Amino acid sequence: MQNSHTLVVLVEDQPGVLNRIVSLLRRRSFNIDSITVGHSEQPGLSRITLVVNGEDAEVEQVGKQLYKLLEVVKVTDLSGEGAVYREMVLVKVAAKAQTRAEVLTIAGIYDAKVLDATPSTLMLEATGDAETITSFLNMMKPFGVREMVRTGRIAMARSGQSKSNGRIDRINSDSYAAD
Amino acid sequence: MVAEPTIIERTDEATSPNGRVDAEPEILTGAEITCRCLEAEGVTTVFGYPGGAVIPLYDALPRSNLHHVLSRFEQWSALEADGYARATGKVGVCIATSGPGATNLVTGLANAHLDSVPVVAITGQVAQPFIGKDAFQEVDITGISLPVTKHNYLVQRPEDIAHTIKEAFYLARSGRPGPVLVDIPKNVFLAKAPFDYPKKTGRRSYQPSLIPNMRQVRLAAQMIDEAKKPLIMAGHGIILAEGQEVFRRFVERTGIPVIFTLLGLGALPESHPLAEGLMGMHGHRHVNAALEECDLLVNIGARFDDRATGRLSGFAPNAKVIHVDIDPAEIGKNVPADVPVVGDAREALKLLIPEVAHRDHADWRAWIDGQRNRMLEAALENRPTWPEPYAIIKSIREAAGGEAIITTDVGQHQMWAAQHIGVEHGERWITSGGLGTMGYGLPSAVGAKIGRPELEVWTVVGDGGFQMSLNELATAVQERLDINIAIINNGYLGMVRQWQDLFQDKNYSEVQISGPSFVKLAGAYGCTGIRIERNEEIMPAIQRARSIDGPVVLEFIIEPEANVYPMVPPGGSNSEMVHGNLWQPTEEDV
Repeated sequence: MQNSHTLVVLVEDQPGVLNRIVSLLRRRSFNIDSITVGHSEQPGLSRITLVVNGEDAEVEQVGKQLYKLLEVVKVTDLSGEGAVYREMVLVKVAAKAQTRAEVLTIAGIYDAKVLDATPSTLMLEATGDAETITSFLNMMKPFGVREMVRTGRIAMARSGQSKSNGRIDRINSDSYAAD
Repeated sequence: MVAEPTIIERTDEATSPNGRVDAEPEILTGAEITCRCLEAEGVTTVFGYPGGAVIPLYDALPRSNLHHVLSRFEQWSALEADGYARATGKVGVCIATSGPGATNLVTGLANAHLDSVPVVAITGQVAQPFIGKDAFQEVDITGISLPVTKHNYLVQRPEDIAHTIKEAFYLARSGRPGPVLVDIPKNVFLAKAPFDYPKKTGRRSYQPSLIPNMRQVRLAAQMIDEAKKPLIMAGHGIILAEGQEVFRRFVERTGIPVIFTLLGLGALPESHPLAEGLMGMHGHRHVNAALEECDLLVNIGARFDDRATGRLSGFAPNAKVIHVDIDPAEIGKNVPADVPVVGDAREALKLLIPEVAHRDHADWRAWIDGQRNRMLEAALENRPTWPEPYAIIKSIREAAGGEAIITTDVGQHQMWAAQHIGVEHGERWITSGGLGTMGYGLPSAVGAKIGRPELEVWTVVGDGGFQMSLNELATAVQERLDINIAIINNGYLGMVRQWQDLFQDKNYSEVQISGPSFVKLAGAYGCTGIRIERNEEIMPAIQRARSIDGPVVLEFIIEPEANVYPMVPPGGSNSEMVHGNLWQPTEEDV
């Protein structure tokens, strides 16, 4: 079944690690909707959020192939778990005297913040899940969007720990020490 | 009550070979450290080619105990390391300079990557201040080699060389083996650092699965016991795990007939009654027929490559699948597995043996036997009328008695050899499977002979592939290697010509290939050349080559348009084999 999956990939923070991940996804023809990278709570580990569209078996392959990269410590598929998804958007909207009040009212509905204002524009910041951001942008479009930037998705499981059923398991990862 | 175990903390005092405790580690250059690391890994031979960025390394090399083999092209260095590794089971090592030296390694590394061969490549890089400046002979080799290595490194400090090389060797040989590249800038080779070779290595994110889950093993055993027409598909993984002996015990206990992928040949000696032969695109008739008929396929250490499976929708259509593989990512990649068993082939087989019942499967084996191509087999019995390619392969087999190392190039000769050379020892059958690297034959034979000097070594090549790597004759002569090179000369790039013959309406586009007089060429390089034009000359020439010390080039002239049969047409299922004229359909087939 074709589904959107959100994978959280914990990687060792080494030079070139993002290149390794992106190169792997490209050469194995996996389709990625978005990828974000940032620090995690653990020093030395970066957290990558990947949004992958594909059959369940294909997404499982993405996880298994990622595990073959030396820097990849853990891959978790958040789909099917209770998880919170967020994106952020910065948008510069045309807002002259006659429309400014209306723009600000709509911004208020979406809890968007005003970051900057000029006599003819407003810069707004909004966060939310993908649908909310899309809806916010649709509302802003009629006023005239001068500039827009949208981050990829970040995500976190609701439970205290990421649940084991979301884990794409390294099958039998019995520890094995080098000689 | 259980007594608490006494834990003795290991102290980290380094001891030098003479037993005295070294308070201060030696201060060495990066180049010297590199040589010392290789020695510490048990490396005796390295294959390489010098150049600007590795001049410091080559300066240190003569002071080491390493034997350096000077290839005539860096690609051959990589393929020699590959051939050496396959023949010995040890890690093969190659060295090249920055830029073109490094890029020339790439095909060899890709070859090792696709066939899971442990190789460590050391490349020089331009000095650090020049990196990223498009300096002379600079390429981003870690970037370029990323998709064709198991892992790679750009070393930034001389202090990092030792633990990087330690980890590189560990990665290359552990788990699913593969090539690892270590790129070292010239100024890092020149800079000094204390040398202390680490005793341990490993990363928390790298834990190869060696021992399979017992629950999966029992499920597999139950499925094996219940099957009426089981078939084992033996892959390279058995040989890489050095599991041939355990595999033989498993096969004899279960009584299950064994078919082989190209790289799995010799996992069980082909003279064994349960060894049925090659599967896939050029597999034997009865082997592919058995695949069609079997109700259980036990894949041990193979990755369901498309040349082995044919069209997936028609592959083993009636069979449940047990897939034993050390690489979890191979499970379900091409063929869904009913019972996956993730682990080292030898470990998995050891656990399976006590769980499975003793069986015979006589009826099933008799059925498979009935599917043999009797007409081809009769022709092969009748020596004087052998078609030349079979005669050459069978004569080499007869002369060497299955004990020689056979390497091949890529093409028709490779398939004739795979079908008829009769591999007895898996690690002595050395061929480029996944990448299909033309030019592989001679370099792999050089690597294999250096690794196993006591064994007779043959390489079977075509006139096309040999013309890619014939400059390696110089290396074979320089190293005084006793290698026999059998050129199967049809004046064509034969495999492509065969495809054009069968599927492109005989549009022979750019496949006719001229060549030098190979006998004169052999003479020019300082080795013996023999030209064979008739069937009755084949065996005497082979025996003469065996008696000559040093490289011998045998040029066998064969029928230009001989084809390899049977053949599964590209995109076809294994049951849709095309047979040549050495085939008589039985009543059943009509």
